[in-house]
Amino acid sequence: MNKNWWKALAVLILSYVVLKGLLGVVPRQPILNESIRNVYFHVPLWFAMITLLLTSAVYSIRYLRNGRLGDDLVAVEFANTAILFGLLGCATGSLWANFTWGEPWPNDPKLNCVAVGMLMYLAYLILRGSFDDEQRRARISAVYNIFAFAVFVPLIFIVPRLTDSLHPGNGGNPAFGKYDMDSNMRMVFYPAIIGFTLLGVWITELGVRMRRVKMALDD
Amino acid sequence: MTKSVQQLSALMRKEFLLEWRQRYALNGMLLYIVGAVFVCYLSFNARRGQLTPIVWNTLFWIILLFTAINAIAKSFVQERAGRQLYYYTLASPQQIILSKILYNMALMIVLALLGFSIYAFVLGNPVNDVPLYILTLLLGAIGFAASLTLVSGIASKAENPATLMAVLSFPIILPLLLMVLKISKNALDGLDRSVSWNEIIIVLAVDAIVLTLSWLLFPFLWRS
Repeated sequence: MNKNWWKALAVLILSYVVLKGLLGVVPRQPILNESIRNVYFHVPLWFAMITLLLTSAVYSIRYLRNGRLGDDLVAVEFANTAILFGLLGCATGSLWANFTWGEPWPNDPKLNCVAVGMLMYLAYLILRGSFDDEQRRARISAVYNIFAFAVFVPLIFIVPRLTDSLHPGNGGNPAFGKYDMDSNMRMVFYPAIIGFTLLGVWITELGVRMRRVKMALDD
Repeated sequence: MTKSVQQLSALMRKEFLLEWRQRYALNGMLLYIVGAVFVCYLSFNARRGQLTPIVWNTLFWIILLFTAINAIAKSFVQERAGRQLYYYTLASPQQIILSKILYNMALMIVLALLGFSIYAFVLGNPVNDVPLYILTLLLGAIGFAASLTLVSGIASKAENPATLMAVLSFPIILPLLLMVLKISKNALDGLDRSVSWNEIIIVLAVDAIVLTLSWLLFPFLWRS
């Protein structure tokens, strides 16, 4: 069997999600109305981003343990894809917020914390840019990457839950799944998470291969 | 065990001696915080007690944040690479980072207390629950020192440490800063102390995470 079955799976799942997301039947909720469809795109993007960042941190740990430059390449590409997903998550989120909360960037702790998280990973890229020596760059940025992930987790999961937030599941609001989603929506929502994560891995794999080719050409 | 404690205390002693011998750096930090407080006081052109509590509180923590970044940024650059190599042959990297963190904590506590007393002196002191505010200052100083020491180690390896220090540390310090701001606002308003327990526990947890990570990660950092 060839190794590309998961790419086909990603394409299948995402086509299913896009079709169902745009055409499927969704429950009518006050305020949310049709915008509830965004739950198939906005939420899985964030789930996928956190998975990608976790993988990136794991590869940084692996680099520190065995010192193979390949692991560092994988770590930086995972971080890159995660930043891309984060930006897309912000874009879909602000579209959604524009219709349900009245403005594209409400002053909400979750939004602000995510913006800070993005700054953290952009700083990671800047840090990488300021070294010439490969081994040195790899080791120091791996240290920062692990450190940043450890701060990112409380920033995303703890701080917004303590203050008043517009997001479901935060600041005493009930989580989204409790009242708003029916079992039909779950049939699309859970595959969407897997599909977007697979897409992220695919993008990352392409980036890693580009970097490997470039490294081989330089040598 | 006793040997490592001895080594740690020797390293701490070295940090204090070094600071004492280059007193201009220490005096510079003290003057920095006094100057920053005074600049804010004159810029707002405020008489005592005219700032609203939120502005008063936030302004103070921002001053403290910048002081912390400036004070801790120099913890790895003031000694030459050769001498650092010599330390590494004498003690384990864990002890070195721990001694630096402990030293920076002491420095930050002194700076925070000094800053608070001058700030309260010139801008008035609207704090209702002073013991809790002082506790917040200590927690904040410890947290700043713990998380910024490793960042300064990272930044000192790069070519433009000053900019990089700011860029790397602002986002890292933010969760801690938000928590500390919240507790100190509670203390300022004189709310019941049970309101602040959650935040205090979270600050302690973040400190613990950051300390453990510094302990684990620093050995990889110094090798380069």
